[in-house]
Formats: sequence, C-alpha cells, structure tokens
Amino acid sequence: MAEAAGGGPLLEVRGLCKLFGALRATDNVALDVREGETHAIIGPNGAGKTTLIGQLSGTLRPNAGEIRFAGEDITRLPAPARSKKGLARSFQITSIYRDFTALENVSLAVQAHAGHSFRFWRPARAERALRTPALAILEEVGLGARADVVAANLAHGEQRQLEIAMVLATSPRLLLLDEPVAGMGTEETQRMVEFLGTLKGRKTMVLVEHDMDAVFTLADRISVLVYGRIIATGAPEEIRTNPEVRGAYLGEEAAA
Amino acid sequence: MSRRAIVLAVILLLLAAVPPLAAAFNQPFYLELVRRVMIFAIAALSLNLILGYGGLISFGHAAYLGIGAYAVGVLAYYGINNGFLQWALAMVASALVALVIGAISIRASGIYFIMITLAFTQMLYYLGISIEEYGGDDGMRLEVKSQFAGLVDLNNPTAFYYVVLAILIAFLYLGHRLVNSRFGMVIRAARSNEARTRAIGFSPYPYRLAAFVIAGAMCGLAGALLVNHTVFLTPEFMNWTRSGELMFMVIMGGMGTTAGPVLGAFALLLLEDVLSGITAHWQIILGPILVLVVLFAKRGLAGLLPGGREDG
Repeated sequence: MAEAAGGGPLLEVRGLCKLFGALRATDNVALDVREGETHAIIGPNGAGKTTLIGQLSGTLRPNAGEIRFAGEDITRLPAPARSKKGLARSFQITSIYRDFTALENVSLAVQAHAGHSFRFWRPARAERALRTPALAILEEVGLGARADVVAANLAHGEQRQLEIAMVLATSPRLLLLDEPVAGMGTEETQRMVEFLGTLKGRKTMVLVEHDMDAVFTLADRISVLVYGRIIATGAPEEIRTNPEVRGAYLGEEAAA
Repeated sequence: MSRRAIVLAVILLLLAAVPPLAAAFNQPFYLELVRRVMIFAIAALSLNLILGYGGLISFGHAAYLGIGAYAVGVLAYYGINNGFLQWALAMVASALVALVIGAISIRASGIYFIMITLAFTQMLYYLGISIEEYGGDDGMRLEVKSQFAGLVDLNNPTAFYYVVLAILIAFLYLGHRLVNSRFGMVIRAARSNEARTRAIGFSPYPYRLAAFVIAGAMCGLAGALLVNHTVFLTPEFMNWTRSGELMFMVIMGGMGTTAGPVLGAFALLLLEDVLSGITAHWQIILGPILVLVVLFAKRGLAGLLPGGREDG
C-alpha cells in the first residue's frame, strides 16, 4: 500500500461532474491532494463545497469523472468501503451519536475498523481493545475528562471535537473536514485550529472552511471553488493575490 | 445492581409468584391470563430488538407468531408431537422467512420498509386462510400439545406457565447481552445516525438483516407457545392488527428498553381485559389512553420507572 509514496497524489480527482437537475453543482473538477498536505477548499456559499466532499466521501454519486485514492479508482465505492480504505469525513452539521457517551461514540469508530462486528455476547463497553484506543483519542482531542458524558449534553464545541475524535479513531489516511469550526465561538475556534495544527503534516487533510483565518493558518495549498468549478489552486500567498479569486470571493470578504 | 435491574427483578419475582397465588385464591383464570401476556411479551421483546434498538419499523411481526404456530400445528396434524422438533422448526422456519422478508425490505427505508413488511405478512395471512387442509380461516384444533419426553407436561397449567416464564427470562437476558455487544452497538448506532455509521465504516445492512432474522426466530418460538396456549391454530395470529398490537406493546412499554416490551404487553392486554369487561366498545377508551402514553411518556412506561438513562 505504498502507491502514493512514489510521489503521486494521495487523492486524485479528474473531470468530476455532479448535476442537480440543470444545476452543475460540480463542474469538471480536477483536484490533487498530496500525501501529508493540508489542502483547503474555499468558495462562496453555494459554490458546491459540501457536494464535492459528499462525492469524495461516497455519500453522493458523481454523474461523470473519476476519483482515485492511493492510486485506486474509488469512484463507485460506497461510503463504508471508502472509510475502510482510509478516508474519513466530518460533517458540516455535527454528526455524532447524541444518545451515546463520548467514549461510546469513539469506541464505535474504533470498532468499525477492528474486524467484523458479528459478536453477540461480550459487552462492547467492557472491551479493552475498544476502550483503550478510544480513551487515548479522547485525551488527544481534549475530551478525556468528558468520556462518560452523553454526547447530547456536551457543549457545541465539544461535540465538534468529538466528531474529530471519531474521524481520527478510524485511523484515516485522509481527513475530509467540512467546516470544522462552523458555529464555534472565538475561543473554541482557536482551540480547534490549534488542534488541527498538531495534525498537520502527520495527516493528509482536505479542509472546507469559511473561516479565512483558519484557512490561511492551516492550509499548505488552497483551491477556490466557484459555481462548481475550481478557478484557482495554489499556495496561500498566490491565492491571496490572485485577481480572479479576489474578484470572485476574497474581495467581498475583505470588503465586509 | 442498578435500580432498573432491581425493578426488573421485582417484576420477574412477582411473575414467579403468580401460580401459587392463583392456586391459593382459587383463581386459575389469572394463571392463564398472565401466561398469555408473557407469551406476547416474548413476541414484543423480539420486535423491540429491531424496532426499539434497530429503528426498523416492522409492521409485519405477527408473521412469525403465525409461522411458529403453524410449525407446531402442522407437525401435530401429521402426528409429530415431539416438542423439541416442533419448537426448533418454529424458530428455524421463522428465521428463514425473516431472512427472505428482511433481505428484500431492509434495502428500502421509511414508509416502503413498513409497507413491504406489512405486505409479506398479509400474504402469509391469506396463505393460511387458503389452505383448507389446515382449517383455512376457521383454523383447527391442536389435538395434542407439544410433548417433551416426559420432561415437562404442558397440560399441567403451572408447568406450562413456568416454561413460558423461563423462556421470557432467557430471552430478556439474551436480548440484554445482544444489544450491548459489538453487534448491538452497530444496530443501535445505525438507528441513531445512519450517515455517521456509514461514514465511520459500517455497512448497516448485514447487521440489520441479522437482527431481523434473530427477532423472527425469537417470535417464532412465541408463536409455538401461543398455539399451545390457545390449543387452536388460526391464521388470525398473523392478522395485521396483531402486528399493530405488538408495535403498541413496544412503543407503549418503551422502545429500546429491556423491561419496556414486558410492561407494554401487560399494560395493553390487561387494559383490553379490564375495559372489555366494562363495555363492548372498549377500544374507544383504549385508543385515547394509547395516544396519551405516546404523547406524554416519551420513553414509554419503562421511562416512568426509576433508574435514569436507559441502555439495554
């Protein structure tokens, strides 16, 4: 499984199209994500960012195009199979098990990657093989003290952290993060950005984000998505100074 | 031991005390009544596995009551009275039918799942009606109850009662282990948040199907008990209203709780019994009561018991 080590991109998207009726939500998108990089995707509301993430993670089927992950064509693979290959996703609207404890949430993610689950007798809660790694990951994201709290009772920021913990618990090679700081306060945002900073370099990340401070702090490269099309890809400095980008997106942000 | 476990233990002790009490007060009717309720409690707790924990709104669970009953009745009709064989067939046949119905219906979701499970059960219901050999819609008597090589005699009402109670307790324990195992966590996770479950790498389908088959097999045994209880085999066991009653037991008792189906079975059948003694139009009273429970007791009757967060 060292396909991507040869220098090719870990994630390779070519000619990707997704139509909703007459709307081209994804319009001939090409994208390369290199092993180890943090690749941000920015763009105005309705640009098709979440639609793109959906196709990368396998919840949406593209109408045309190809997605290759670690050299393998995964375009037709359903979401669970992609997770098994090492693609993990966080959702724009926090997606956790609200009626389970934080520990149970993360344990489930560990369990999903620990063989089949046709085990009917032993209480999963008592299994060290699930508990120990799950607790370690909760510690890592800063929720160690909250392990036994039911997820619904966690603060909003903690719930977002929990979702990141679940993503990490699947031992992914690529993280697809859909607006990880959405709806967070300044302090929470700062903590999350700091935490994602600690992952930088260790994990390959695709980061969809509206918070430009977060994007310019974290991203190695940025792709700008407008009306379903990628109009520019480059290092943060190139993007910041790209006139087309400024016109389409950053300009209005700067003016606001 | 949690307070909920204590409550459950008290309920089971009370159930164990019914035969001596019924004998002491010379009220054998209550023995029969509680036995019938427990048989439905077994059926309801099997439905709770898929409806309560799995979130699969099966509107055809009575099918397995019927299949279990027919497995016993038809074998008895041909002179095979061995209970081990009859009850094993009841469970295996129910499991196989659940496998077929589940394989088709679980791919659908929401209203389609409900309608497919209902449609299959209606098919079986009309199949039962159409087979004249086994009594058609008149049904037929079970001449000889299941025989257990002298081990227990179901003709002895008390012995039969304790057999049912033992199976109820065994299934409660099995269910408890199941919903807390890795397998149980997956089906509960898929109910709680399917998108998240798929995103972390679980494909819910095979787990749901397995749960559906297990629930079918358990309910098949309830059907085998039921036909021994009524001593009469009828396609009415599979009527869609029966499926509805089972759903009500689960919902009223508390979906996704251990004791819920037992409480629900008692509440529904005892209410039926009491109200039908008051008026012939007892359903007019029962209906609003059910609506009130659903509206105001979010976790059903089990939610009214002391003990905090429900798990399994």
